[in-house]
Amino acid sequence: MKLIKSLLTLLVLSLVLNGCSSKGGVTEEEGEGANDAYGSGRKSGAKVGKYGRGGAGGGRGGYGSGGAGLGGELDDPSSPLAKRVIYFMYNSDEVMPEYKSVISTHANYLAAHPDQTATLEGHADERGSSEYNIALSEQRAKSVARMMNLQGVSDSQVQVVSFGEEKPSVSGHDESAWQQNRRVEISYPGH
Amino acid sequence: MCRRMINAFIVCLLGCSGIQSALAELTVDITKGTQGALPIAIVPFGQAAYRGENLAAIVSEDLQKSGRFTPMAEGQMPERPVPPGQVNYTAWQSSGQENVVIGRVVQNDAGGYEAEFVLFDAIRGTQLLSERIPFKAQEGRHTAHRIADIIYKQLTGDRGIFNTRVAFVSATGAGKSREYRLEIADTDGQDAKTVITSSEPIMSPSWSPDGKRIAYVSFEDGPSAIFIQNLATGERQKVSDAAGINGAPAWSPDGTELAMTLSKDGSPDIYLLDVATKSLHRLTRDNSIETEPNWSPDGRRLVFTSDRGGKPQLYLVSPNGGEPERLTFEGEYNARGVFSPDGRSIAMVHGGNGYRIALMDLGSRNLKVLSRGRQDESPGFSPDGKWVLYISRDGGSDQLSAVSVDGKTRQALDVRAGSVRGAAWSP
Repeated sequence: MKLIKSLLTLLVLSLVLNGCSSKGGVTEEEGEGANDAYGSGRKSGAKVGKYGRGGAGGGRGGYGSGGAGLGGELDDPSSPLAKRVIYFMYNSDEVMPEYKSVISTHANYLAAHPDQTATLEGHADERGSSEYNIALSEQRAKSVARMMNLQGVSDSQVQVVSFGEEKPSVSGHDESAWQQNRRVEISYPGH
Repeated sequence: MCRRMINAFIVCLLGCSGIQSALAELTVDITKGTQGALPIAIVPFGQAAYRGENLAAIVSEDLQKSGRFTPMAEGQMPERPVPPGQVNYTAWQSSGQENVVIGRVVQNDAGGYEAEFVLFDAIRGTQLLSERIPFKAQEGRHTAHRIADIIYKQLTGDRGIFNTRVAFVSATGAGKSREYRLEIADTDGQDAKTVITSSEPIMSPSWSPDGKRIAYVSFEDGPSAIFIQNLATGERQKVSDAAGINGAPAWSPDGTELAMTLSKDGSPDIYLLDVATKSLHRLTRDNSIETEPNWSPDGRRLVFTSDRGGKPQLYLVSPNGGEPERLTFEGEYNARGVFSPDGRSIAMVHGGNGYRIALMDLGSRNLKVLSRGRQDESPGFSPDGKWVLYISRDGGSDQLSAVSVDGKTRQALDVRAGSVRGAAWSP
């Protein structure tokens, strides 16, 4: 069964990469390009298939576009700002003491650069209910945002987005994988 | 950043190519059967005029999968009559068959076909029912499911669900080549159709009560948004893209409202959206998590998940508001409650020693654990209320499964590509 799955996955990948053609009189239209949330100007990430037509489209501006002329430190891998992931305990949105300094470092940077924006992406491990995990991971990202606010970062500088268990950082299914997946990722557009 | 650009690249490739065949293949296996299943013989139909699906074989498979019938193997049948007058009751009696179905397919004047079938009680020598179903060439499989539904109803008194469908989200690939796909398949896993594909997550499909539309969450624009898509025309509408979470859509039983989770005003709370007027009404106001709303079939209550007491538990509230009533007290994790079609019980994800599907009787408030996996989630009832569909994840392999509400029968719907992320049975 595992082998079949792997083979199918390979097949799927090769189909995807080769842009295979298809049969069956179905319309699939590309959505109108939603303005990319992450500043890379990609097309809308969805296509309406089989049952579908009509564009995705209508995306919002998203996560901000600040950062021009800033950010030498942001691109320096030896800077304390290179540490951008905060991990959480199971089913908890409380920031653990060992991560407070990571958040402070970013908060100080943002407070000193009021034109710089950042995105806080909340994530959860795969256990439990997926929509509850969306809510939990937003609470995690908001915990980080609140600490940043207390250090002088304005609300408009920080965007919170939650992916729940949908975008694991590692694909394992044990406690060590779960630990790495319960996280908030700080990201700076363009860096 | 780089990763996302590559995602976008793959989306473009897909957009240019238009893959239609569903990548996830479903097969169903009975993993545990019930005692006392009824013997039945579905004699191969006379279908020289129709070279499509083998109708009798599909009917036979459907009835077997229900767990309530044991269809006779074709090779064991004493005879294979096609016209009703040729049935030899004595031959069937001596092979222990009480229920015998025969049938044939003929061409009709409209250029289509008609399936005629007759169900006999061979012991009493009587005809129990006789029906004729017109269909188009490509509708053979659905026609067979309808025949199975009619036979099932006649012999058990209950509604058959063979001609219903399951919506599910599958995810294939990892990292850069991750692909999410909302698909709809027959409950026997056949005839899968893709509703939408995306390089970003798709979640929480919810059928409208008439089965014509589906609401779902998509992250295709970056942040989450809720869409309603008409399945016949493919037209879709973005109905919510508020700041923060747009999640957990759930149709009201009359199809006029969509309950959903929004966090635009702070923490996640339950809101009711009037689908026609788009007016939005806030139902809960708390600083805790309130999410995963689901309506009672009479529309007078909603069940939802809240961690207001510290841990996620289920609560009931009127759609008109008021103080929610806590429903679950057993265990530290009860989430994603869904009402049974008769409104008498609620299925949920019950955490403790792993995450399992449990059923609460609303009269007695007794909780019964139905599933046995390590990580079972996303419960939803079959339209006849006899099954709970759920996703079981064990050691990384996902399965779409169904367990009977008495916990005695389980079916596995095996998705052979990637993982299953969310599922819902059609009305």
